[in-house]
Amino acid sequence: MQVRITLMVAALVLCCLAYLSLGARGDWSFVLAFRASKLAALLLVSFALSWATVIFQTITGSRILTPAIMGFDALFLLLLSLLVWSIGGQAYQALPVQGLMAANAALLCSAALILFKVVLRAGRDNMMQMILTGVVLSVLFRSLTSYVLRVIDPNEYAVVQAASFARFSNIDTSLLTLAAGLSLVAGLGVWHLRHRLDVTSLGPVLSTSLGEPPQRLQWQVLILISILVSVSTALVGPVAFFGLLVTSLTYLIIPSSRHADILPAAALIAGIILVGGQTMMERVLDLNTPLSVVVEFLGGLVFLFLLLRSLR
Amino acid sequence: MSKWLCLIALAALASVSLFVGVIDLLRVDPAEIWPLIRDSRFPRTVATLLTGASLAIAGQIMQLIARNRFVEPMTSGTGQSAALGVLLTAVLFPTAPIGLKMGLASITALGGSVLFFSLIRRLPPTQPLLVPLVGLIYGGIVGAGVTYVAFQADMLQFIEIWMNGEFSGTLRGRYELLWLAGIAAALTYLVADQFSIIGLGEAVSINLGLSYRQVVMLGLLMISVVTALTVVTVGIIPFVGLVVPNMVSLMAGDNLRRTLPITAMAGAGLVLIADLVGRLVIYPFEMPVGTVIGVVGAIAFLWLLYKGGRRAG
Amino acid sequence: MIDIHNLSYQIAGQPVLRDVSLQLAKGGVVAMIGPNGAGKSTLLSLIARLLPLQSGSIVVDDLQIGEATDIELARTLAILRQDLTVASRLTVRDLVGFGRYPYHRGRPGAEDRELIEAALKLFDLADLGDRQLDTLSGGQRQRAFVAMAYAQDTDYLLLDEPLNNLDIAASRALMEVLRDLTRQRGRTVVIVLHDINYAAAYADRIIALKAGEVVADGAPSTIVSDSLLQDVFQTRAKVKTVDGRPIVLV
Repeated sequence: MQVRITLMVAALVLCCLAYLSLGARGDWSFVLAFRASKLAALLLVSFALSWATVIFQTITGSRILTPAIMGFDALFLLLLSLLVWSIGGQAYQALPVQGLMAANAALLCSAALILFKVVLRAGRDNMMQMILTGVVLSVLFRSLTSYVLRVIDPNEYAVVQAASFARFSNIDTSLLTLAAGLSLVAGLGVWHLRHRLDVTSLGPVLSTSLGEPPQRLQWQVLILISILVSVSTALVGPVAFFGLLVTSLTYLIIPSSRHADILPAAALIAGIILVGGQTMMERVLDLNTPLSVVVEFLGGLVFLFLLLRSLR
Repeated sequence: MSKWLCLIALAALASVSLFVGVIDLLRVDPAEIWPLIRDSRFPRTVATLLTGASLAIAGQIMQLIARNRFVEPMTSGTGQSAALGVLLTAVLFPTAPIGLKMGLASITALGGSVLFFSLIRRLPPTQPLLVPLVGLIYGGIVGAGVTYVAFQADMLQFIEIWMNGEFSGTLRGRYELLWLAGIAAALTYLVADQFSIIGLGEAVSINLGLSYRQVVMLGLLMISVVTALTVVTVGIIPFVGLVVPNMVSLMAGDNLRRTLPITAMAGAGLVLIADLVGRLVIYPFEMPVGTVIGVVGAIAFLWLLYKGGRRAG
Repeated sequence: MIDIHNLSYQIAGQPVLRDVSLQLAKGGVVAMIGPNGAGKSTLLSLIARLLPLQSGSIVVDDLQIGEATDIELARTLAILRQDLTVASRLTVRDLVGFGRYPYHRGRPGAEDRELIEAALKLFDLADLGDRQLDTLSGGQRQRAFVAMAYAQDTDYLLLDEPLNNLDIAASRALMEVLRDLTRQRGRTVVIVLHDINYAAAYADRIIALKAGEVVADGAPSTIVSDSLLQDVFQTRAKVKTVDGRPIVLV
């Protein structure tokens, strides 16, 4: 496994170097500084999303759930469109950037806590019910959003729409410092909990008998997830399948269930996919297809391939 | 008894639907009433009923074949494959008649579903949640392929039409293919018992003398035809195939001989109500039916899951 | 009669059954015993055509497995496997009713309904007829599936460890019903059992398998012995005879 981790680190470093250097023309110091901040944003997103998904799957005890599938992104967009609708698009855009992010993060955190708490309580001992609830809620939120969008006027529509698609090529780098700070705090929090998460992943019965009832961790973990997801959503917008893809790949590649192994590996894999994919898209293929499409297509294929191979 | 009540309610709703629209039937020149109904109101009402009923049944059959409650044609790759077929026809044979479009869409939809089922056949039965996971990711792959082709061919706007189902364009002469979908769905009633048994698994099916593969292929064919026809004529309408069979199953179980008519009526009713609401809520503009179904269906489903399910559960 | 001839079966290159030949005469309870992985379930599945034959042949009455039609076979033999998870929401009556499918093909008649009610009664399910399967206890669900196999009204009934979820009263009741079926209706029951004492108490014939081969075959009183347990299960257990019937002291 050490070999695999080393290989992944090497791959990520290569991707980053390629991203920074390929096709750079003109003033190097300017290009590098510009690209470095975008690279930092991509890495932050990889880190935040992968960790959020891993710990979310641990406390829900399911490898299929992700914050996105449970309706987190959809709820974010709904709140955003409600906000734009109530205060108006211009007033919304006039808010200072940092304040906007803080407001978004706060909105997301509180909404996410309510959502997850409701959903998790609903499905305390019935996983099927919990997943159904999440899937249905996200459809509900999405439909309500498109309802609100139809009602508000076209200019304000554009404001919401800009926020509702994942965008990797023009990332809002003005938020970097704040985002990095938040991720660092949340990341430390998660790392601190890693051994308790290991026990929790054994399931409610075993973990309770080992003295770590899952309910006790839930609040802390949910707050950490909310912070991480709002960081990523604020930077690039919602990315539906990315988290699921990353954790699925991680569990297929890493033969371990210790969070001390899984968490770094997940972050590395996420970074390789995002930075590598973005490099390919922007620099090598010069394609204008959105990265999220490619991530979903190639990542999905890789996932199916690995899954079927592991079953054999 | 309750079946007849449902039918009466459905008929009442359908007649209401004939009167809802931008033109008020009661204030229009009587000579124009009949053409209006014949060309627009009636086709639209029938289209919603047919779409709802056949999608609900297709979802039910798919769930039985997959032995999994979380799959439905529109999210597990069948709908996306149909859209891919339509898109490819539009790119390769822009002038193709609608029959060819539909045929190709049915074929790609069938291919997409066969591939999906050959994938999930290999999954271990001990992990039922892998099935919807693979379905979501598989549907995502095909969907990404559709977006990619559309992006390259500069046809994103077309995609929007097929990806978001709407009935506002339903007119006489442009919806009749849906009758085929309705017939395909109705035919399943003839083999209702076979599909119920398939839902008990391959071993039980073989033990009871069923040729498992044939019945599964028959089911996939029906699902694909219904999905393709719906995508071609009105676009992807998600959720009906998931919500309605689950709701009916919670209330009335899974013996298709008994529940298929209920499923069909509930599906037709849901889509009809959603379309009515969509026509009225921001009158004189329209809300797409998928959006309304998302809200109406989701609330109904949650209510059932937490209240109605207790009785049966 | 079930005539098994030179039957071999491999899974991923590993032999599961090695050249098994057996004749199971009509009538009576035949118990198959053996350690885990001996090939008992595979043998049962092959007879019931749930697995494709690889080499050898099986003939049930005059029906050749692999050639006879599905419906003919479904009216001749029924199998019940260990895995009884059902995703469908069916009532007990629905489930038992599907046992009649090979006869009515979707159009149940009065006779079918009578048989279904009789099956429910026989297996003590009359009060549970309208309950959903997923609300039953493991034992009740097991009985519902046995009742379904019974309703299939076949000469041959193959059961793979049907006592797994049952307490002692339900186990004895089930075994007695099965024995009565063979005595009063001339049915043949082939049953995989883990508990040798049940096999000794209710079976007319015991077949012991080990590593894909038949290692002992005969009436319980003649083959259940200390040495059989030693040979087949590699465990030292004493066998005593009580009321003319061998009993393993565990």
